[in-house]
Amino acid sequence: MRAASRISPIDWVRANLFNSWLNGALTVVLVAFLAWLLPKLYAWAVTDAVFAPDSNACRTADGACWGFLVEKLRLIMFGTYPYTEQWRPLATVILLLTLIGFTMNPRLWSRWLWISWLVGVLVMWILMNGGVFGLPEVETDRWGGLPLTLILAVNGIVFSFPLAILLALGRRSDMPAIKAICIAFIELVRGVPLITVLFMASLMIPLFLPEGITIDKLLRAQIAFILFAAAYEAEVVRGGLQAIPKGQFEAADALGLSYWQKTGFIILPQALRVVIPPMVNTFIGFFKDTSLVIIIGMFDLLGATRLASSDPVWRPYYVEGLVFVALIYFAFCFTMAEYSRWVERRLNTATR
Amino acid sequence: MTDLTLRTPGTKPKRARRGFYDRDVQAIFWQVVVLALVIGLGAYLVRNTMINLETRHIHTGYGYLGRESGFDIGESLIPYSAANTYGRALLVGFLNTLHVAVIGVALATILGVFVGIGSLSKNWLLAKITAGYIHFLRNVPVLLQIILWYSLIINERFLPGPRQAEPFFGMYLTQRGFYFPVPVAHQGWFAGLVGLAVGVLAAWAVGRWAKRRQELTGVPFPAFWTGAFLIVALPVLAWAAFGAPTDLHMPQLMGFNIGGGGRITPEFVAVLFGLTVYTSAFIGEIVRAGILSVPKGQIEAARALGLREGVILRKITLPQALRVIIPPLTSQYLNLTKNSSLSVAIGYPDLVNVANTEINQTGQAIEGISIIMIVYLSISLATAALMNWYNKKKQLVER
Repeated sequence: MRAASRISPIDWVRANLFNSWLNGALTVVLVAFLAWLLPKLYAWAVTDAVFAPDSNACRTADGACWGFLVEKLRLIMFGTYPYTEQWRPLATVILLLTLIGFTMNPRLWSRWLWISWLVGVLVMWILMNGGVFGLPEVETDRWGGLPLTLILAVNGIVFSFPLAILLALGRRSDMPAIKAICIAFIELVRGVPLITVLFMASLMIPLFLPEGITIDKLLRAQIAFILFAAAYEAEVVRGGLQAIPKGQFEAADALGLSYWQKTGFIILPQALRVVIPPMVNTFIGFFKDTSLVIIIGMFDLLGATRLASSDPVWRPYYVEGLVFVALIYFAFCFTMAEYSRWVERRLNTATR
Repeated sequence: MTDLTLRTPGTKPKRARRGFYDRDVQAIFWQVVVLALVIGLGAYLVRNTMINLETRHIHTGYGYLGRESGFDIGESLIPYSAANTYGRALLVGFLNTLHVAVIGVALATILGVFVGIGSLSKNWLLAKITAGYIHFLRNVPVLLQIILWYSLIINERFLPGPRQAEPFFGMYLTQRGFYFPVPVAHQGWFAGLVGLAVGVLAAWAVGRWAKRRQELTGVPFPAFWTGAFLIVALPVLAWAAFGAPTDLHMPQLMGFNIGGGGRITPEFVAVLFGLTVYTSAFIGEIVRAGILSVPKGQIEAARALGLREGVILRKITLPQALRVIIPPLTSQYLNLTKNSSLSVAIGYPDLVNVANTEINQTGQAIEGISIIMIVYLSISLATAALMNWYNKKKQLVER
């Protein structure tokens, strides 16, 4: 607003849209393109669209059929979780988002946060799985939709992180055998597509286990995600370790600290602080990657949308469902990305 | 330590007693423990697997690759039918992976460079649009994007069926794919291709010669325009000299479908679009960061020397930006190649899709997955090796 009082709109347009012949031409082309695209998009998404869950109206309409979402919203959000029990996944999602919200505020980083996570995870498990306190038991293969996506992502991040730190430390270790094992694991996992790791989990883990022991599909996928995420996070942590000046290691050695004292009290606190922004980027990538469970036949947000559109009446409106799910993913990932930038700025001012 | 420094002269230094808490002893101890655990776990898993395979009557080994596959593949770059072997089917899948990955890398690079430069533009509108493009596409899973493209293409609400499609300069864009005219085989086209190859080689030679001459004598030579002329003119001349053929196979409606000419399947288009658009957003961000990483003083100094803007971009900004851009760019190329495995979700027959079909048919899960892993690992390691070589070369130039 203050800028506007000093610079007139015409000056602004001249400086930002027509500051050279090339830019002027570019502006004209872009405005023409937007003038062609936006009304079409608006007509499709709003004026010609059907908002009521009426498949007959959708078939005759020219625009989008948002009625598909109205009709199938609960299937998309919660998958095949028993209809009458769907308040439980809803409560889980709310609890999880609250915990994540608290965790994102650095002022609340304390022991209490760990405890509330532990309690929270227990409560969420009871809510989702049931079987106690009069809640009917719901098998994990009926879990689906947004809760499944969030559970896969959050558990994957929480459990892969310690593993990633160990792998990163191992990779920088003086011990050749440990170093070799860590390098082999990291490079092997990073060198192959995630889908092969998921195939391994769904097809090969059953072969690895002794007869009579089975692990359910969700846990198998979760293990695959944890191992996969750990390899990528380990490389980020390694970047942080490499950024620590040599003097810090030498000073810790001079004080006579043991390896774990040195690592735990001197090196890691500094290294992890440096890598928060790239780590959040890795988390974002990982959150998006959870959508791959659709390929091994699970009903996460994306899988549940496909399930919803397998209803013959609503089959043509898969596109609308995908657009909706894309916006949900975008909302989560964009929030995380903005958070990472905010932390980065905060860290920069703190070190100055 | 003290007993070593204070020893009386003439006596042999006493070897320090190596207790359990000695560093080297600890190191060896822990390595032995970890190795034993890893090997033990590995042996346990192998033993279980052997027992499981036996009870399920699955024969291990890659012998099945020589057997007849019995399934068809939608599109292939080499001749293939259901009578061919499983091994050949995998080769078809591998070539399809390379096909979509190579084209995807090229297109994503072009698009990404435009987006990256656009986001730094002084034009407010362009900067905002490209920033929105980058933000939105980076934050939506690539699998979702591929499926979205695919369901847009095969949906009759957005694209016409083959019978309703109107030709556009002989091309048809339908929900069954994209149809286009292809030249009828003629030696003129072949001559044109040879001309193109010769033109590229000649342009490269001219560029090298011009650079060396300028370094020796300081006399510049318009190598870019000469090269561009050679690359365009030589193929055209060769094509014209061998009879200037213009006959085309035109796609036509035949019954319920379109035949003749060339066809790109909806699956290929969806995978290609999905990978290209997603990766271009990341490349855009990398290009942007790379250009921003060049210190402003470099450009100001170049201006003070009186260099023209184009020369500054080519000789000052780009070489320095590229040093920052190339390493993350390579990892984006690798990501694109690995993400092409998501084709399995929409039925484009890439390596993973074909291998998955074979696993379902034969039950040879271990063999199938190991083949996919070995192929992708080889690609990754080869790229990493290339990257190291490039980095070394760049460092030599720097110093």
